[in-house]
Amino acid sequence: MDRTHHRPPSGFSRRDFLRGSGAVAAAGAIVSQTQAIAQEAKGTRILSGEQTLALSVNGKDVKVKAEPRTTLLEVLRYQLDLTGAKPVSGDASSGASTVMIDGKPVSASVELAVRCVGKKIETVESLAKDAVPAAFVACDAQQCGFCTPGFVVATRAFLNKNPKATEEEVRKGLNGNICRCGTYANVIHAALMVVKGGANG
Amino acid sequence: MKSFAYASPTTEGEALSLLAEPGEIEILAGGTDLVGLMKKMIITPDLVVNILDIPSLKTIEQLDNGAIAIGAAVTLDEVLAHPYLDPYPAIGQAIEGISSMQLQCQGTIGGEVLQRPQCWYFRGGRGLLAAGGSAVEDGDSRYHAIFGNDGAAKFVSASRIAPALIALNATARVIGPVATGGSPVGLNGEDASERFFPIEQLFRIPRHEGERESVLARGEFLTHIILPDRRNFASATYEVRQGAGPDFPLAAAAASLRIEGGIVREGEIVLGQVAPTPWISRAAVAALIGQPVNEQTAEAAGLAAVTAARPLSHNAYKVQLAKTAVKRAILRAAGQETGGF
Amino acid sequence: MVNQQAEKKKADTKAQDEAKAAAAKAKAEADANKLAEEKAKYGWPAKEKSSLVGKRVARLDGLPKSTGTAKYTYDINLKNQLIAKGLGCPHAHCKIKSIDTTAAAKLPGVVFIEVLKPADPPIDPKKPDEVPPKKDWEIEWQGEILAVVAAESEAAAAEGVAAIKVEYEKLPVFVQEDNLAAAKAAGRTFPGGNKTQTEKIAGDDDDVDEFSAKELARLFKEAAHVVEGYYGVDPITHCCLEPHGSTVEWVDGKLVAHLSTQNVSGTDEGFAAGLQITSDDVTVHCDYIGGGFGSKFAPDYWAISAARISKATGRPVKFMLDRDQEFKLGGNRPSGYLKVKLGADKDGVVTVWDSEHWGSGGATPSGVSQGVVPYVFAPKNFRRVATNIKNNAAPNRAWRAPNHPQACAMTQTAYDDLAAKMGADSYDIFLKNLGTDEKPLVAGAKPSVYAGEMEVGAKLMDWKAKWHPHGKGPAKGSVVEGLGMAIHTWGGNANSSTILLKVYPDGGVETFCGTQDLGTGTRTSCAMVLGETFGLPIEAIKINIGSSKYPASGPSGGSTTIGSVCESHRRAGVDALLKIADLVAAKLGVEAATLKAVGGKIVGTGGKSVSWKEACSLIGMKPLEVMADYKSGTPSPLSNRTVGGVQMAHVAVDRETGIVRMKKFVAVQDMGLVVSPTQAESQIYGSVIMGIAYALFESRIQDPASGAVLNAEMKDYRLPRLGDIGEIVINLYEPESERSRGVIGLGEPPVISPGGAISNAVANALGVRVPVLPLTPDRVLAALAKSKKVG
Repeated sequence: MDRTHHRPPSGFSRRDFLRGSGAVAAAGAIVSQTQAIAQEAKGTRILSGEQTLALSVNGKDVKVKAEPRTTLLEVLRYQLDLTGAKPVSGDASSGASTVMIDGKPVSASVELAVRCVGKKIETVESLAKDAVPAAFVACDAQQCGFCTPGFVVATRAFLNKNPKATEEEVRKGLNGNICRCGTYANVIHAALMVVKGGANG
Repeated sequence: MKSFAYASPTTEGEALSLLAEPGEIEILAGGTDLVGLMKKMIITPDLVVNILDIPSLKTIEQLDNGAIAIGAAVTLDEVLAHPYLDPYPAIGQAIEGISSMQLQCQGTIGGEVLQRPQCWYFRGGRGLLAAGGSAVEDGDSRYHAIFGNDGAAKFVSASRIAPALIALNATARVIGPVATGGSPVGLNGEDASERFFPIEQLFRIPRHEGERESVLARGEFLTHIILPDRRNFASATYEVRQGAGPDFPLAAAAASLRIEGGIVREGEIVLGQVAPTPWISRAAVAALIGQPVNEQTAEAAGLAAVTAARPLSHNAYKVQLAKTAVKRAILRAAGQETGGF
Repeated sequence: MVNQQAEKKKADTKAQDEAKAAAAKAKAEADANKLAEEKAKYGWPAKEKSSLVGKRVARLDGLPKSTGTAKYTYDINLKNQLIAKGLGCPHAHCKIKSIDTTAAAKLPGVVFIEVLKPADPPIDPKKPDEVPPKKDWEIEWQGEILAVVAAESEAAAAEGVAAIKVEYEKLPVFVQEDNLAAAKAAGRTFPGGNKTQTEKIAGDDDDVDEFSAKELARLFKEAAHVVEGYYGVDPITHCCLEPHGSTVEWVDGKLVAHLSTQNVSGTDEGFAAGLQITSDDVTVHCDYIGGGFGSKFAPDYWAISAARISKATGRPVKFMLDRDQEFKLGGNRPSGYLKVKLGADKDGVVTVWDSEHWGSGGATPSGVSQGVVPYVFAPKNFRRVATNIKNNAAPNRAWRAPNHPQACAMTQTAYDDLAAKMGADSYDIFLKNLGTDEKPLVAGAKPSVYAGEMEVGAKLMDWKAKWHPHGKGPAKGSVVEGLGMAIHTWGGNANSSTILLKVYPDGGVETFCGTQDLGTGTRTSCAMVLGETFGLPIEAIKINIGSSKYPASGPSGGSTTIGSVCESHRRAGVDALLKIADLVAAKLGVEAATLKAVGGKIVGTGGKSVSWKEACSLIGMKPLEVMADYKSGTPSPLSNRTVGGVQMAHVAVDRETGIVRMKKFVAVQDMGLVVSPTQAESQIYGSVIMGIAYALFESRIQDPASGAVLNAEMKDYRLPRLGDIGEIVINLYEPESERSRGVIGLGEPPVISPGGAISNAVANALGVRVPVLPLTPDRVLAALAKSKKVG
């Protein structure tokens, strides 16, 4: 068998692990901390059934009801009437449910609402006056439009990170979203338009 | 999704306590894989333990010996951007290959390494071993294993980063109850231990439906991936990806090579997407040791890597792809043109 | 006597013929006169005089779509609604022995369960004692919905579905649709039609089949070049991003259905029939639809079920298919596989074609029509035989340009292989096989249109400079490049359409039309047409579409919408303007005929003018209401049918991995008069990208053993992403000769050629044909390996 574990045991030890510069502080602190609260840990709160959650969505504090299994996407769409993020795939492969959590683009379809407490959630609806949707309109980067909100949020997040993106970078950077109508060419144009100053630039 | 209870510990110790609860338990990191599987009711836990609120799992630290400890809950985009990882391009290239900003920002390195197989029979509800392997044998095996497939398991290990981590001799830190065999660490009173072991030992080929593709026992979880100081190695990952999107590669390889005086002195070559585990190829390394890296030696190493391949009815083409992935990972590690896209 | 009678008969016949000819001539003249009159009244302005038609505008609904406020069916959430989900049959072929919903009904949150068991045969009232034998509940494809669970949340509905217990009896499955011999052995084949035609006609005494066979044999013997080939296209799915579904409620005993549909004006009847009510009790709404490529023309049984559950529970019900169900039930495009032998003269003009093709559109036997083989090219002598295969998959649904993409990819590849065999430039072989306008060798558009487009395309592609004979290009590492082309045609005539136009005394303009905008820009085009007619900007026109209570307009399928709405909107606009002009003429004291609506004014001679608002104030107290309609098939100066298009692909292929990458794609497309060039380009971009999808990436993959659809999730159903498309160059081919024909639909034509063009480009790069689309790495490597063995 070719895949025999030929390496000796790592030889790596807890001592090595704790001897790290930052890790001494990090792991060490965790150790003492957990020891201190060992009893308390056994009583960690286990949630089940419907909860009332306080979320921050598009700059507003809102209260929603969610079970642990409720996704952020369900909460946005069924309770907050924020239907821009779309349910397209049960997994995270289409990008249609993209929202920003603490500034990062993520698929709301695979994020649990209960985990979003204390986070800053921004949906496409918060981008009403943003240069990205304006450029999408100017470049006709949409057809049926079902994927468009996800693409708009993804493009915003991508450009936040790469404000001077080149065409090559755009072509490499926006592959987390699927469009069935085939608007990709104009999405590229729209992203580059924003780089160059936007629809009015 | 079936109803489940949820807990979000803030320390490793708390997490261990929760993992000792009765019933089926799943650890939730980024969620990009697990939530989808729960929606399809392929996985139906009673309790989900979120590990993203544990600060020690969310850092990348340099240890005194030059090693780098990456917390299991660090997201892939953070790993990609971190300067500590600059000397190890194999890891960054594997993350870049995932190609979806969303998956990179949401997914964690621990979750990526331990994600469940993509096998369409598994995901179609036929079990991890796909009816004892018969569903694959009688069915469509185009994306299945060409190595390690003589048992019931025909799926391929899904992780795209694990081959690079193995090639770079990474170590896994796993904590769990004492009964799982680690060294007691005093977390959680007495019933806690930790183990450090080569990361390839995280993976196994399951022999029956009761086994998963990782060795983690009930109550255990992966907390860190520790990269030893391998700055004197050149490394690369090459994935054969049909398109620019996050679709899984058809074959992949990672190489780490110590090249001195133009000659390969030592190294590791690990294939991905070809076997139920990441597939370490001693033969490929052996073919390369003592040689300079060039088109011919890389090709020979690629050939050596696939000599023992045993394709199934629909995936003979993967032998050629695996060979090419090895060849190109070697060339890329050495900073040479791969000759392809 | 006999002679005299014969003479008389001859004379009578002659007289009759002459009378007929005269009548036909008179009718033609009358038609021409009518057309001329209509043209004078309604005709489009010349290109240089247009203010909006043919100009670049942003689509009217662009901002709501890109900021998430556009409400699709999936986004309509009604107060107190239930969420429904369906239990899909896990087996591709089985009998349902029993179904038990007891456990599911007890789950928290589950409100209602409907089992969709087909009704048992009714008992004859005259023979109440005779119970007719119950029919088996047989399922012939995976995913078919057996029961619907309505619950308080998505999760509860899904849990309810999972808790239903079903007892199945599995039956044999057949999914090897590419394997004709296996299909025959399994008794799964059905004749799909055939046709034989030879230039020489069989004599009265000849057996036609025997004569044709001999004739074809002779032609092959005389042919300077003979090519034999095998080509195919795997089945694909529609994969609409918004799945099929509805949100329905009953208001005052009437059904209001928000339905993701391409057929707003036609689906009310579908609901009515399914629910045994009348159409007046149904309103169908669809403001926005998330993907409609030919699969969303009916309510489907699941929307009817939602309506029944809504009635039973007294609550609104939302029922959208799950993603895997969308893949399994939402519609597929039939596969096609073809074996052919063709003969050509020394110049490469095909003289004889002999083909057999087969494929499957699912459990209802269908396949690629024999009538489109070979595609566009129409050699003088041919024999073509089609066989349909019954497969265990859901029945196909019209997928953009039904039959054409498969026929193009199965036959123009053979023409390209002829070029390869001759060592000739594919462009030259395609050109020679067009014939001339006087003696065409093609169907659809005129040879001169294809030729003109080829010339434009070749320039945009830099074809002549980039061309190399098949397999003879330079390699960079393991990468080789190649060029390929294909040509296509489509009808695209206008559907029927009716509108109500209202012009208000305060200048407001509003229309009501039961059409729908699939993302093609229908709303925008309607506003452009009226804006052009009234001299107003598009924002001044309020377009109301998407309700079955508006005047009826045809379904959006087959590229029939743009023509239809242009007909109805232009006619209504002109009629209204003429009425307003009369009022303005009286006020200004000028001839009404001299008035023109431009720049927000009604302008007469001598600089006299009134603003649009002033003009409308002359209407009186009530708005001016104008109805206009157009009946499909009526000759009109505004719209037309039949276009041609030419596409060229430039690809790179990695011979070590079999991966194909798009470098450049050129699409030259005639669509008569271009109404909205920006949205027309978007449609062509989309068509090309959908073409790249089926050429290189996507196919429905069924498990050979169980018939399960293996790739019924987005992550498994491979589609191109933004980084996969290369450079796409579009040319809207609009010389005056074509523009003057009027508006012609665009949705189908540009999606036809990509498969053939890309396959030909790959063949040019490799010097080897990869026979079946999609051209995935395994297939490319297999073709290369085979050629090495042979070579």
